[in-house]
Amino acid sequence: MSLTLWGLKKSPWVYHVALSPCNNCDIEILDVLTPRFDVERFGVKLVGSPRHADALLVSGSVNRHVLPRFVELYKQTAKPCVVFGIGSCALTMTMFRDSYNMVGPLDKVVKEIDPNAIVFYIPGCPPKPEAIILGVVKALNSL
Amino acid sequence: MLQSGIRSLVIFVVFSFATLVLGLITSWVDRKVTARVQARKGPPWFQPVADVVKLLGKETLVPEGSGRAVFLYAPLFGLAGMALAASILGYVLVRPEIGFVGDIVVLIYLLVVPAVTLILGASASGNPIAIVGASREMKQMLAYELPYLIVIATVIYRSGLDLRLGSIIQAQTAGGWHLWSLSGIIGFVVLILSAQAKLGLVPFDIPEADQELMGGIITEYSGPPLAMIKLQKTMLLAVLPLFITVLLMGGISSSGAGIIWGILKYVVIVVLIVLIRNTNPRVRIDQAVKFFWGPMTVLALAGLVFAFMGW
Repeated sequence: MSLTLWGLKKSPWVYHVALSPCNNCDIEILDVLTPRFDVERFGVKLVGSPRHADALLVSGSVNRHVLPRFVELYKQTAKPCVVFGIGSCALTMTMFRDSYNMVGPLDKVVKEIDPNAIVFYIPGCPPKPEAIILGVVKALNSL
Repeated sequence: MLQSGIRSLVIFVVFSFATLVLGLITSWVDRKVTARVQARKGPPWFQPVADVVKLLGKETLVPEGSGRAVFLYAPLFGLAGMALAASILGYVLVRPEIGFVGDIVVLIYLLVVPAVTLILGASASGNPIAIVGASREMKQMLAYELPYLIVIATVIYRSGLDLRLGSIIQAQTAGGWHLWSLSGIIGFVVLILSAQAKLGLVPFDIPEADQELMGGIITEYSGPPLAMIKLQKTMLLAVLPLFITVLLMGGISSSGAGIIWGILKYVVIVVLIVLIRNTNPRVRIDQAVKFFWGPMTVLALAGLVFAFMGW
């Protein structure tokens, strides 16, 4: 295992990206970052700028309105980085899937920008904080 | 000539590396104590190392329309200044009899270098948020330097007006710590609060202000330059408590039980700084300037007057 990968797995700094979600997943993500769940055990830290981020926590389904913003944001993130789709919206677009406004599941969108991107999903509506932590840890261990 | 050059180089490398290691341990202690205060478990011991290793392996992004050279070289110069300050202080701690007249003045200037380079780098980035951070850092620097320098002047006066770090330590070895006097206690309070502002920790983390400025002065940095900024902050976290022990607590003697006693002094100061950080909310920039130019400067001046009166 290379040193860079070790560093990335042991200290993932997360940036919270809300792509027009219903706010349920955002509240669960904020719960994860509270002292009760103590994600600093895994080196996770919330940062305020995509330039510092290693993991983008995306909630909500990607639609035409937010797509240009998300593309810009992904390009501004320092690589290597990981994308996490939190909640069912990012994965299946749930009840909006037949809408004219939807661009597709998150991994399709991200792969169009960067074919080598790493995308993980944590489904749930919304996923519990425990599920988010488990998902992130499992995903990072599988890298 | 060549021999003394090599010797200086070895001293520089050894002491800056030792300070770096000490700083990484201290920043882990900082995060662990913070976690315990918040009833958490906290990060594993290698966390600060993992952060730096990860940042070194990442991509460097340079924003469009920035002053590229200044933006990229500023963190490097900051780290270099910090390493030089660390080696001067470290060498004096080990051998107080060595040193040159005015090394304390050089040290004071070198400790300002990180803040100045951060201001330069943030201004060169062209990001409005970073520039707000830079302007706050500048104001805060002007604010805390005044009481901090008055306290250092007090200490120099009490050590017999000798501008050498070594003689400050020797004066305290001979005549007891400066801390055990009215002017010393006042100086300690002022120095700890100024150190808080110099380190950019919570009551005075106004330039970085995660919640309002998203990193402020370091917003635009990524990858290796960000790692250098983190490293210089880490080294400052080790150097400032050591500097306070030298100024008021007789330094750290390198003989036998003196080392354990020295570590105790260092840990007490670090834990005090961490506890202040964890029990206070952030103040606004105008409040910080008023605080340092008002009560703190008056207190420091009172300390200087007490020192003249021999208290």
